[in-house]
This record gives sequence, structure tokens and C-alpha cells, in this order.
Amino acid sequence: MEAMNKKVLERIKAKFADTTFESNEFRGELTIVIPKERIVEVCKFLKEDKELCFDLLADLCGIDMNTPSKRFGVIYNLYSFTTKHRIRLKTFIEEEHPKVPTVTGVWGTANWHEREAFDMFGIIFEGHPDLRRIYMPDEFEYHPLRKDFPLMGIRGSLDLPKK
Amino acid sequence: METKSEQSNRKSKILEALENEHTTVTFDDPLENEMVLNMGPQHPATHGVLRLLIKLDGETVLASVPEIGYLHRGYEKLAENCSFHEFIPHTDRLDYLSPLSNNVAYVLAVEKLLGIEATPRAQYIRTLICELARISSHLMFLGSLAMDVGALTVWMWSFREREKMYDIFEKIAGARFTTSYTRIGGLAQDVTSETLSIIRGFIDDLPGKVLDCEKLLNTNRIFLGRVDGVGVISKESAIDLGLTGPSLRACGMEHDLRRANPYLIYNDLDFAIPMYEGGDCLARYYVRMAEIKESIKIVRQVLDKIPVGEVKTNQPKQVLPNKDRIYKKMEELIYDFMLINFGVSPPIGEIYHAVEAPKGELGFYIYSNGEGQPWRLKIRSPSFVNLQSISTMMKGAMISDVVAIVGSLDPVMGEADK
Repeated sequence: MEAMNKKVLERIKAKFADTTFESNEFRGELTIVIPKERIVEVCKFLKEDKELCFDLLADLCGIDMNTPSKRFGVIYNLYSFTTKHRIRLKTFIEEEHPKVPTVTGVWGTANWHEREAFDMFGIIFEGHPDLRRIYMPDEFEYHPLRKDFPLMGIRGSLDLPKK
Repeated sequence: METKSEQSNRKSKILEALENEHTTVTFDDPLENEMVLNMGPQHPATHGVLRLLIKLDGETVLASVPEIGYLHRGYEKLAENCSFHEFIPHTDRLDYLSPLSNNVAYVLAVEKLLGIEATPRAQYIRTLICELARISSHLMFLGSLAMDVGALTVWMWSFREREKMYDIFEKIAGARFTTSYTRIGGLAQDVTSETLSIIRGFIDDLPGKVLDCEKLLNTNRIFLGRVDGVGVISKESAIDLGLTGPSLRACGMEHDLRRANPYLIYNDLDFAIPMYEGGDCLARYYVRMAEIKESIKIVRQVLDKIPVGEVKTNQPKQVLPNKDRIYKKMEELIYDFMLINFGVSPPIGEIYHAVEAPKGELGFYIYSNGEGQPWRLKIRSPSFVNLQSISTMMKGAMISDVVAIVGSLDPVMGEADK
């Protein structure tokens, strides 16, 4: 497992020599932080590389880090059917313009996952074919999984049926 | 495709007809008439509150859009506000047809984060309940698919078996439906030898009962006509759309997390991974029926090999102590107090752990900042991802195939909506 993690990191670093990647390993799982401008390229490379072949986007989710410089994050959990290996990519977004390029062009399954991240965190996925809310009603104004949204909800934010 | 002017022309014809009851509208080609059908969220064949918007040309589905979210309860938000132990009961309500395997999936993820492992007996019992949950979920699939295409008897028969399984679950966990049976580092309580012998008796009977259902369906012309070659999805687009579980194995992809990334004791067990090539509803039915048989095989092996011993790991700072010791021992009382009030405090870090749930890959991504509650907990639910491929499967199908396709995909909205 560790050998595979090392190999993935080496191949990415060799391919994208002009960019620096932060990475860490926890419980045998490799996490690589990618600048958001390069995310689509890196994903495409990881999917199409003959030796790595990360053909399944197992999961994509947003995260609210609650720090001004990198307020939001997007996390990509990848899986390879060939090597049976998992890695995780991560990209951070500033609070002002929470925008990140979409990866729907790489994996079709990203469509709903990105809609969910948009619904829950308000992260805008640029180039997404159908960026609508998925769980909450379309007219809902807030993004419930943000840390500043209270657990009890906001009074009046949802129309209740009239008696 | 018709042009804009033709479209507006037809629209004005329809409006004319609506205004004047004496006019009759005739079209040159009656089938050149698309309509949008709204199916659900309240529809018996949608397995919960799934809403499908279907664009029809006559009886042929041109396009469809699934809409979900009618059962959204915000479990991920709740998880951020309760301790790791407190979240276990919420996992029952994800895939409510196999609560036991959700319980196991969640605690395995937390244990990976904490870096602890359950005792051998607990591992065996967890494997046992996972497979029982798989059988129960697939029996539900069998009954509902058959009922969706018109065979009501199979529904009754599979539910009779599920009823016996619920009695077993009640003996194991104390509850039939919302089990909340696992604990971090172990199980809520041990399984008695009496329960194990009841399970053995049930497992010995089950193949005959499943065969009865198969006899009704496998050579049934009506059933085969409704599912054979319906809802086909290719292997490539299945992988692209993230399909997992039995539905992926029905597309000719031999992928099962129990073999690919073994967890619990699956490495020591002998079982096959059923795989079919068709990619249609019939193949999805065959895969699940074969999986019931493999699960029976696994349950038999587990029952033969199950060791004696504790069901909770000796890690007092992370694992809840037994109730009787809390009342008698000072140390256990302190640990219990700390765990209940402040929670297990895992190290700072993030993990993703996935298991092969009955419906596909059920994964938990946990980001911990070292406190008693998870900073972020993401549930990767198989039904959510599998439902995305329904548009691809339905393209070009007939309107009557829609229920068969939904039934063969076996989505559970509790899990898809979280």
C-alpha cells in the first residue's frame, strides 16, 4: 500500500513538475493537495495513466474549513479497479469566490456529487452541465452544511404548508 | 426533430381546442406528440419518495430526470453535532432494509480513524450480521421486483422469509428494524448459542424457499418478457457513472470490495463473486439471487468457525465499558463519564472507509480535528450514486419498463437522501 502511495506521488510530481503538491499520509491513506487551477488536468492524468488508472470517482464532497484564507475544500476520493488502490485529492477555495472547475468531463458520476456540494456549501463548479440544488428546495437561500448555518435551522427559511 | 414553427403551430391548435369544445384537433402523425409524465414522489413502484420526470413519445421514454431530496433529514449536519457513539442509531435510518450492515460500515470507519480493531469474536459476528443483512435486503429486492412486474406471490413468499429474519435480528440486537447493534470497538452484546442455532436452522431452510421463488420466475414467460433486455447499461458507462454493487457486477465487471479490499474476516472465507454480462434487469436479478446463495455459504462458514471470547476490545479510553462494571468499578465509571460527555477523541486526520453493502459501496469519509465530534462526516451512499444511472438505463425503454428498471436497481431513498 505504501509503495503504491509513493508511486502515485512520484508519477504526479514527474508529470506536473512545475507545480508543488502538499501531501500527507494517515492510516495508510494518501492525501494530495492540488491547486484548484490544475485539478481537472491532474484528475484526467490519474484516470488515463496506464499504470495508475483511477477509473472510479468513489466520492466527491465539500468541506467547510472555517478559516478565511481557505474557507472551503473539495475532496475527491478515487479508486482504481486495476490496482485496487484508493487515494484522495483535495483542493482549497477562498471564501470570496467559492469557484472550482468541474470534473464532470472526467467522471460522469461527479454530476450529482457536485450538485450536492453546491447545495450544501454553495461551492460553484464552473462548467457543470446542470448545477441545481439536489436536496433542498430550489428557492432555499442558505447552504446548510456551512459551519455558520445553525443546527436548528433558520426560522422562516422554508415555507411550511398553511393550515 | 420538429422546427420551432411546427411546435408553435401545434401549440396553437391545442389552445384552440381547449377554448372551443366543438373543434377537433387532428395531427398528421399522432405519435409526434411528446408529453412529460411526472411519476412520484408518491408512487408505489418508486420504492419510497423518488420522483421521476419522464419525457414520452407515445410509450417510449425519450429522456428522464430523477429528482431526489424528499426524505432529506440532514444526517451529515447532525453528525457534526453529535459524538461518534451518538451517530450509530442514525446509521440505521440510512439503508433501512439492511441496518446491520450500515452499523458495521460506520464503526469500521471510526475504528480505522482511531486505529483500533475489534476482537475476533466481534469480527465474526459482524461478518455474520452483514451477510444476514445482505440476504434480507436481496429478499426484499426479489419480492419488490417481482411485484413491480406483476408477480404478487413472490412478494408474499420473500416477506415470509424476511419475517423470520427480523425475529433473528430481534434476538441478536433487541430490535427488529432499528438495530443500532455495533459499538466502537465491538458490539452492544454477545450473541447467545441459542440464537446461533436458530440462525443455522433458518439458513438450512432458506435455499429451498429461495428455489421456490426462482421456480416461479426463472422460466416464467411474463417475468422474462418484462426484464430480459430491459434497462441495459454498458460496462463503460456503468463505471463512468459510478455504479457499484450487484448492479455493476451485472454489467460484466467482477468487482466486490469484500475481495478487492478485504475487511473483517472475508479474507479467510471461501465464496464466489457472481457476475453476469447482460447489464439488463434480468442480469441484475440473477446476480442478486446468486449472491443470496453465496451469503448462505458465508454464514455457514462463520457459524462453523466462530470463536469464543469477548465482543469488546480492551481499550477503555475509546470503547464503552460494560454496564455491570460501570456500577461497581470506579475506573469504568470515569471512562464511561468521559466517553459519554466528551466522546472518543480521535487523532487529527481524515479517513475514507468503504464496505460492500447490499446495494453497493457504502463509504464513510470522516475528517477529525481531534475533538469528540467529527468535523465533517460524508456518507457515500450506494443508492444515491446508483440512481444517477437511471436516466441512461431508461433511455429508449417503454413506459411500462420504468417500474422494472427502478425495481432492478433497488434504490432505498433513506440512503439516497441521507
